[in-house]
Amino acid sequence: MKRILARNRHLVQRLGFTGITLMAVLTVIPIVAVVIYILIQGAPAISWEFLSGFPRDGMRAGGILPAIVGTLYLTVGTAVFSVPLGIAAAIYLSEYAADTPLTRTIRIAIINLAGIPSVVYGLFGLGLFVLFLKFGTSILAASLTLSIMTLPVIISTAEESLRSVPQAFRTVSISLGATRWQTIRRIVLKEALPGILTGVILGLERAAGETAPILFTGAAFFLPRLPHTPFDATMALPYHLFVISTQVPEMPIQIQYGTALVLLAFVLTMNLIATVIRSRARAKRQW
Amino acid sequence: MEKSLNWREFIITRLIKASGYSAIIFVALIFVFLLREGLPTLGEVELKSLLSIRWYPIEDYFGILPLITGSLIVTLGAALIAVPFGIGTAVYISEIAPRWMREILKPLVELLGGLPSVVLGFLGILVLSPYIRILLDLPTGLTALTGSLLLGGIAVPTVVSVAEDALDAVPRAYREGAWALGATRWQTIWRVTLPAARSGVLTAVMLGVGRAIGETMTVMMVTGNAPVLALKLGSLFSPVRTMTATIAAEMGEVANGSTHYHVLFFIGMVLFLISLGVNIAASSVVFRAKKRAERILS
Amino acid sequence: MVDKIIIENLSLQYSDGTESLRGISLNVREKAVTVLFGPAGGGKSTLLRCLNRLNDLTEVRTSSGRILIDGENVLDPKVDVIALRRKVGMVFARPVVLPMSIRENLTYGLELAGEKRRAKLDEAVERSLKLAAIWDEVKDRLDDPAIALSGGQQQRICLARVLALQPEIILLDEPTSGLDPISTGKVEAALTELKKEYTIILVPHSVQQAARTADYAAFFLQGELIEYDEGKTLFTTPKDKRTEDYVTGRFG
Repeated sequence: MKRILARNRHLVQRLGFTGITLMAVLTVIPIVAVVIYILIQGAPAISWEFLSGFPRDGMRAGGILPAIVGTLYLTVGTAVFSVPLGIAAAIYLSEYAADTPLTRTIRIAIINLAGIPSVVYGLFGLGLFVLFLKFGTSILAASLTLSIMTLPVIISTAEESLRSVPQAFRTVSISLGATRWQTIRRIVLKEALPGILTGVILGLERAAGETAPILFTGAAFFLPRLPHTPFDATMALPYHLFVISTQVPEMPIQIQYGTALVLLAFVLTMNLIATVIRSRARAKRQW
Repeated sequence: MEKSLNWREFIITRLIKASGYSAIIFVALIFVFLLREGLPTLGEVELKSLLSIRWYPIEDYFGILPLITGSLIVTLGAALIAVPFGIGTAVYISEIAPRWMREILKPLVELLGGLPSVVLGFLGILVLSPYIRILLDLPTGLTALTGSLLLGGIAVPTVVSVAEDALDAVPRAYREGAWALGATRWQTIWRVTLPAARSGVLTAVMLGVGRAIGETMTVMMVTGNAPVLALKLGSLFSPVRTMTATIAAEMGEVANGSTHYHVLFFIGMVLFLISLGVNIAASSVVFRAKKRAERILS
Repeated sequence: MVDKIIIENLSLQYSDGTESLRGISLNVREKAVTVLFGPAGGGKSTLLRCLNRLNDLTEVRTSSGRILIDGENVLDPKVDVIALRRKVGMVFARPVVLPMSIRENLTYGLELAGEKRRAKLDEAVERSLKLAAIWDEVKDRLDDPAIALSGGQQQRICLARVLALQPEIILLDEPTSGLDPISTGKVEAALTELKKEYTIILVPHSVQQAARTADYAAFFLQGELIEYDEGKTLFTTPKDKRTEDYVTGRFG
């Protein structure tokens, strides 16, 4: 009797493990499938003209240069605002803030920022940057909106990375006559840099792929030229993909897949860079 | 200390401290602007009309109930997918998978979190919805179900990473104790590890749902955009319209300051409050706070 | 012999209620090794961290009393703590080399103090490494990461790093607790040399080490200074019963 029970228990375990493994596989396969499918479908569209040309025939032909450049501008614009602010806020939380009610409020605020729906960011950007501050529908307004959305990602990853630097380094540095800021700049930031960089790239990756926040703050349906100033509106890859897959009738399917591929490549490259930085830093770390 | 702090260090310290407060300021600013643009709704549209079941802004029908039910049914469907698969994957990664498998799976799940939602919506239109239409013999493949399937995928990374975190935080001694008493690894997972991690797993579910309800582009592209009341389970197989999609689809075409404009901000306010509620509830469930970053990233 | 440090009625309590000091008064002689010993939690490390104001980093609930170094009260909020920490160097229990090369570890403090001249820095590196008795072991690989050294070598790098700043007082908090006997011997030998030039306060990791190294010894128990005397007197003929019990191994 006991033996049967025991065998049953192991049978149950084997079945259970198989089931769970299957679930994990089913979760992961679609991800890989999506990437491969877009790669296969989109690759034929990729040509020099597609990457470096302007759209023609109501976007049904030609290239997507303005969208590529626009996404680059928006990513850089987002970085300009969110990276310094995010890292500074992370330094505050990790190096200066004591555990007070104020600090806890800051943490709750960060978690909430991370949870706000992206379209609500779009509304906020429209209300504050486009209308109230009169930036208009512009790269500036869109970048600022994306910055605030990216901020919680950068703050949290940077803070985690700063905190992982051993406390003993700080104590030793201070005991050798360093000020707090000198310690941060020369030891803590230097050691935390790979982790911070990983977080920054992952945050910007998300910003680069977002559509909803730029819908009413900076995205242009079609531009015959590249934007000249931060106060111009711009095309962007994710918005362009949305437009050509839903708003333009008789859109050649190849251009759609090609655009999706370029967007995916943009995002995946950033993801890859972040992953490489992280794993190399982990391998190199001496503490 | 003061003496050695030169002016440069003084300024830098001040800047850092000011940046520290920025998150609070932004949350407050967002709320203020949503209120500023959204609250006039209550003066312009009767509450009875606002809570009606007809959303047809061109003729001044601003009933937001269909949008709310639309969001709910899509989110419910997404949760039915994301919760079991998310927790299952988390259990696999944390308890069952060999190390090398973990090293492959974690970045892949993270990758899913980084896929632009517009790409998923795009594939939803071109690939998923035709299948659904044919498979279920529906007039259109752009249904709440289509949205739920994709949204489930979008919510999975959140659920996986938070739940995995919670499972990781269960002390090894718990498991060893169970093994020492003769439990199999399977029994240990169900009777010891998961129960011990339940608050974290609950957080994972809440954050996953929060992620799903706020998702915009994918649902706008694949759910068919029909603002009809969705109260029955059967509504899963017909087109719906979510709150997020309504804002995204219509804000571009309204006149600033019009009633329609105010109502869209009002909906934004509702979404903001929902996400506030979910996140405050989730963050009050205390478990290891250390990996907060990973959770936000997913 | 001159009193380098005069501690007057020093009391301190941490915010979390842990280890504290109660009414410590103690005169530390110049150019000698003063040993602070006793069971764990007696306040020895706390006292060390008061001397270079490292306690500023910790949350202190209350503190009172004075610490005069060369006649100046270092607990005064107006004191330049950066200058103080250059004057009062500290070596910690666990060797913590900074994540940089051996040379950079040595020059870190000097560069912070504004020293940029290469020749001065090189000279300081060589001088302090020799003083810490590790020059021969590392002179050919000064630009290697310091973390690659053994624990005993790392601890002597830490000592050299303090010496590079030419302090007047060196605090050592159980500097040999993680080291093998040979490394321990090297550190102790270095201390014997160093006390000709520096005022040294050592928290030893054992009574034996205390007895080996002490010119003066102070026995601490639960935040109080029980007995303070010349080393050879205190370890052979302690006056207090508790000191005797501890020294002879009856507790602790």
